[in-house]
Amino acid sequence: MTTVKTTINRRHFIKVSALGGGGMMLSFSWLAGLLPLPAEASPLSKDWFELNSYIKIAANGAVTLMSPNPEFGSNVKTSMPMILADELDIDWKTVIVEQADFFPERFERQFTGGSQAIRQGWKILRTAGATARQMLVNAAAKTWNVPAGEITTEAGMLYHKASGKKAGYGEIASVAAGLPVPEKVQLKNVRDFKIIGTSRKNVEGLNIVTGKPLFGIDYTQEGMLIAMIAHPPAFGLKVKSVDDTAAKSMPGIRDVFTIKTLKDDYERNGFDTATFTELVVVVGNTTWEVMNAKKALKIEWEKISDTNIVVNGWGGKKTVRIPVGLESTTEHKAKMAEWSKKPGKVLRKDGDPEGAFNKATKVIERTYSAPFLAHNTMEPVNCFAHVTADRADLYGPIQAPEFITRTLSARLGLPKEKIHIRLARMGGGFGLRAYGHHMVEAAVISQKLNAPVKLVYTREDDMTYGIYRPTYSATYRAALDEKNNLLAFHVKAGGIPETAIHPNRFPAGALDNYLAEGWEIESNITIGAFRAPGSNFIASAEQSFLDELAEQMGKDPIEFRLELLDRAQKNPVGKDNDYDPERYAGVLKLVKEKSKWNQSQAKVNRGVSAYFCHNTYVAEVIDLVIQNNKPVVQKVYAAVDCGIVVNPDAAINMGEGGIVDGIGNALYGEMPFKEGVPQKNNFNTYRMIRHSEAPKSIEIHFVENDKDPTGLGEPLFPPIFAALANALYKATGKRLYEQPFLGSKQTLPG
Amino acid sequence: MAIFNLNINGKKQTVDVDPKTPMLWVLREHIKLVGTKYGCGVAACGACTIHFDGIAVRSCQLPVSAVGNKLITTIEGLSENGDHPVQKAWLEHDVAQCGYCQTGQIMSAAAFLKKNPNPTDEQIESAMNGNICRCATYLRIKAAVKTAAKSQTL
Ligand code: FES
Ligand code: FES
Repeated sequence: MTTVKTTINRRHFIKVSALGGGGMMLSFSWLAGLLPLPAEASPLSKDWFELNSYIKIAANGAVTLMSPNPEFGSNVKTSMPMILADELDIDWKTVIVEQADFFPERFERQFTGGSQAIRQGWKILRTAGATARQMLVNAAAKTWNVPAGEITTEAGMLYHKASGKKAGYGEIASVAAGLPVPEKVQLKNVRDFKIIGTSRKNVEGLNIVTGKPLFGIDYTQEGMLIAMIAHPPAFGLKVKSVDDTAAKSMPGIRDVFTIKTLKDDYERNGFDTATFTELVVVVGNTTWEVMNAKKALKIEWEKISDTNIVVNGWGGKKTVRIPVGLESTTEHKAKMAEWSKKPGKVLRKDGDPEGAFNKATKVIERTYSAPFLAHNTMEPVNCFAHVTADRADLYGPIQAPEFITRTLSARLGLPKEKIHIRLARMGGGFGLRAYGHHMVEAAVISQKLNAPVKLVYTREDDMTYGIYRPTYSATYRAALDEKNNLLAFHVKAGGIPETAIHPNRFPAGALDNYLAEGWEIESNITIGAFRAPGSNFIASAEQSFLDELAEQMGKDPIEFRLELLDRAQKNPVGKDNDYDPERYAGVLKLVKEKSKWNQSQAKVNRGVSAYFCHNTYVAEVIDLVIQNNKPVVQKVYAAVDCGIVVNPDAAINMGEGGIVDGIGNALYGEMPFKEGVPQKNNFNTYRMIRHSEAPKSIEIHFVENDKDPTGLGEPLFPPIFAALANALYKATGKRLYEQPFLGSKQTLPG
Repeated sequence: MAIFNLNINGKKQTVDVDPKTPMLWVLREHIKLVGTKYGCGVAACGACTIHFDGIAVRSCQLPVSAVGNKLITTIEGLSENGDHPVQKAWLEHDVAQCGYCQTGQIMSAAAFLKKNPNPTDEQIESAMNGNICRCATYLRIKAAVKTAAKSQTL
């Protein structure tokens, strides 16, 4: 059993109060969960103690738990309260889960992303649940006049065996509300979990299948207007002039105007990505009328000039140049080919890679590439806003409300406390909802109209707006001696406008001579986080190359990886290696066993791949066959080490999603450009994976251990690209270097 | 603008709209039934699927003027309490991730199973191919369709 404190620097981050109508409310600081407890040394600012999450136990026994994180489908609204409920020792069936609203003064760092919600919430949720339970025990001990140590709890009930006394939590809660919060509480033994580790259904399940208004786009209120924007059709263009005569006279149209969302000298934060800051806005009564009027706009566009913007993001303050030009994919490819031949910026160097390459008898060099990708969340970008002279109310999909509050405050000229964001369930996230430009747009429009307004993007507006996954290229080289021993390894990876390289990840640490270089080419096409940023490409390239290398060396691809990991564990090179070789090897061994890797698979073609990102280890094997010149994935095996699995069935659902999404993007995903114009603007041209193309079956196995849980939204996605590429190579004898593997032709290259 | 008398989920509804307005927007904005979702507006995603005289159609392509007195069923009218066999199967398999596409998926599946109560995997795949799920819950959707097919009360 672990004992944890409920204080930091002797200050409580958990408080108790009486609930109106009887019962108790235990409030706690969500932020305390982010601290590596115990953190006694450094003084902490006041906001670490802001109580922003709660457990309510009413006199009638009803238990309400609050979920502080925005929900976009990773099921945190179910899994986080499960953690609280387990320590509290209540019956899950009696729990009500509420979504917290966003109040900047209470919820700094409220963010879903990077698969971090469960990892960060784990400790604080457990501590809070255990504290509430202990206080109920103490209250019962006082009421019954028996030692607290003799009281046990189960499913929301308190028992004293010797006297036969028992009571429900609700009956005792009002007494507990008057007791002091204990300084220390004991957490459950991992083996004693009753809810964690069992599958619990999505708390919103019924609302989803009955079509309840859960999403931002579903919002409506009396007097609400509908707004749509027209943005430039190409990157590198801006508004020159607008003829809105026809549009303005159309039925149901209230107004047409141009807005400037961010001032030119505004210092942006890292999530202030806005492709077009000047937009033409059409406002009217209904979506259909506004859509039609939008088509009647006559807008002249002109080229932008070189612009510098200041971005103050997580990496510090920097000036970013937005170059002029109407870019095309053909030109991007040519530039990337040119840059991959030039020396890049050295990001890590171990030993003497140049020397080893000079001594090599054989050098293997391969280049892999991938295109821009659009997020294409099923719910298009939208936001409701009502801005008045002294208050702004917003409702919409957003992953990072904290950041956008600052932006809104600066743009609207309202203090942060006057900005109220309610968090809608998001119709998909995948990284897109970290960027809040739509909130600024909706707020600026509402402020101008002095009316409540819902901004809705058409699918075309959404898909052609930018904030894409960057286009990437990576060149790998390996030096072999005459006995096919691996002497040196070199990766040089870049992208437009960002590289995908993580220089301290595997196989760094397993090789005496290792070199990692990066390069970046500027662009006016905007990019953003996309499910496992960077990893989603570099894993595909690296794990394809390791497969090619194993073949050249005459080794089994799994054994080859295990040998490298063995080296990294026993005798690591360098100190900053960003993975645990034992856990990494663990998932490879598990997938090997579960897929029966060593038994010959006569009828199918197999590929393997493994990757570590977002604190979770994953290895995957794909079995496929070719039918009508198209791959049919028959089976996917995945082995995952994410520590304790909080909600196994939901975890498997997430994992399946990552795998299918990865196969879809590897086969079909691409956003090409011509003269700055995105060449796909809706689902009739942008190929998404569909029912018939999904794998026929997926098996996900978790490594069983007692480690603190890590996330699952992203880690199963990156490795699947290479598992697919490696299986396709087995099937066709041809190595595919360019994603998407099928593309618009929809069949394998001959 | 013109007046239309519609029969939606067994209720008479009167709207005064442009005759070309797709049912998607009539439902969502005039009748305030928002379970029918906008995903693409070009019949390419299936998020807006409703039943038109029992047949699954894309409501983004169905102008209100073409409805006449034919019966429209939306997700809100599929069952009283979310207990249609397809909805129950969806809950049993805990299909949803973000959930946005699921009402359209359910409407497609319900209409399909009426026609073909005992489908093969391939038939399910091709019947559901017009419904995109960006969260890629396809395997669970297929499993749920099979579970619903086993139910007697479709
Ligand atoms: S919105 Fe109708 S099919 Fe996509
Ligand atoms: S559940 Fe998210 S799009 Fe299907």
